[in-house]
Amino acid sequence: MSAPVIYTNKLTKRFGDFVAAKELSFEVPAGEIFGFLGANGAGKTTAMRMLCGLWVPSSGEATVAGFDIYHEREKIKRNIGYMSQKFSLYEDLTVFENIKFYAGIYGLTNAQIKEKSQALLHQLDLEKESGHLVSSLPLGWRQKLSFSVAVIHEPRIVFLDEPTGGVDPVTRRQFWDLIYDAANKGITVFVTTHYMDEAEYCDRISIMVDGVIEALDSPSNLKTKYGVDSMDEVFRQLARSAKRSE
Amino acid sequence: MIQINHITKTYNKGIVRALSDISLNVERGELFGLIGPDGAGKTSLFRILTTLLLPDSGTATVAGFDCVKDYKKIRESVGYMPGKFSLYQDLTVEENLSFFATIFGTTIKENYELIKDIYIQIEPFKNRRTGQLSGGMKQKLALCCALIHKPEVLFLDEPTTGVDAVSRKEFWEMLKRLKDQGITIMVSTPYMDEASLCDRIALIQSGTILSIDTPEGITKAYGEILFGIKSSKMYQLLQDLRNSPGIASSYAFGEYLHITFKSNTNKISEELMTHLQSLGHTNLDLKEIEPTIEDCFIKLMTNTSSLQTKPI
Repeated sequence: MSAPVIYTNKLTKRFGDFVAAKELSFEVPAGEIFGFLGANGAGKTTAMRMLCGLWVPSSGEATVAGFDIYHEREKIKRNIGYMSQKFSLYEDLTVFENIKFYAGIYGLTNAQIKEKSQALLHQLDLEKESGHLVSSLPLGWRQKLSFSVAVIHEPRIVFLDEPTGGVDPVTRRQFWDLIYDAANKGITVFVTTHYMDEAEYCDRISIMVDGVIEALDSPSNLKTKYGVDSMDEVFRQLARSAKRSE
Repeated sequence: MIQINHITKTYNKGIVRALSDISLNVERGELFGLIGPDGAGKTSLFRILTTLLLPDSGTATVAGFDCVKDYKKIRESVGYMPGKFSLYQDLTVEENLSFFATIFGTTIKENYELIKDIYIQIEPFKNRRTGQLSGGMKQKLALCCALIHKPEVLFLDEPTTGVDAVSRKEFWEMLKRLKDQGITIMVSTPYMDEASLCDRIALIQSGTILSIDTPEGITKAYGEILFGIKSSKMYQLLQDLRNSPGIASSYAFGEYLHITFKSNTNKISEELMTHLQSLGHTNLDLKEIEPTIEDCFIKLMTNTSSLQTKPI
């Protein structure tokens, strides 16, 4: 067994008296699709910002891709991929320029950028659109391109923050094909979503309630544990017990 | 209550077609859902109906008033909650509400009954600046502000986007209560599972209406026998099904994949099960299921070739 890609032990973030994330302890092994769920305000964003090296925790310990979350935050940023629905690509740059920009940011050499971008354009069937502005692409393609540039540097882990929000049902499923494909290549996927059917596609799910990880298991075990038929009901049971809202 | 006749709207000198020849009617007292993904044209339609945008062609009336000629009348008789939070962040909760009431020539007191159920939940924070509210509270305040002049028609543009499953449910319960008070509501959402909470829905994609009916009517019109299938290796199953000749469609739907056969005979499903077992699938389960709105949306979307997304 190789070392887990994410390891946390009592990871905590406080803002004054408010404990946004409390004593999170979990591990995510390589190649796993890990669903990170919780109601609005449960502490998901706080936890993700710490894991991405953006926020320093208040206490506890954690490593991401083998790097320490306190002292090696720059290394974490270089060794993870990140994609959110809200911010992904520069709309006033072309498809190729976006690929080149992200690859450059992640420290790829010019030769690597050339090779990678060609492979990517081919894989996404976007060769003809290479010189088009991203703003002219349909949303579904943008999402796929966005995901692909987030993993262009072949990170050990990619964080996806509601990657499929507002996307049409067919594109949403195509997007999950990309997720599975990445996981099969050994990239660990850490994903948040409000679509409960997508929770079923994850190997394991954690559900945060009021800053605490209230449940963590495979979808089928969670359904058995809570005696219900769907992840939607598991989520509702847990989220209803929440005391705080955002 | 709302009549839309052949509305077309383009942007960027006609290059971007946001709405193509849209026609639909919403009855008085109806809770009508506009269901579709980002970029479908939902917001453009809302902006035309609320007189914030002019259509290229076509006509529309709201509460009997023309969306172009009678724009002032419409503004008095509708409430609009845009998708983007648009209240004054540096006013308090109460100040925002009072501002909207004053603008419409009324007071909070006069129409308090209408918003009471909702406002009571944010009243403890009435002296807090709106910018400091949580997302859920902002949403409730925005709804109160859209209601304070007792509109005949309420337009809600994606009120539940990015909202968790539990809060979404609560929001829909609020809408049900407003509808019971006689307000006509047009609401848009990208979440297909919310469709069943509407009286009637329009499925919209790329500026075109795919279907308009009751949720039951839409699922009844699916017209094919749909099966759910699962095995212990779901992703492998999806790929194997895509390569199986007898399968017409296969899509991931949570715990089960939803599939249709090219022809429905017992023999075909038995052959499929044998085939999948030979490929190493275990714990196979195949059962006939009722289609959901999302199944219908996918079918309608893929049947209209011009709307197809490019495959990976």
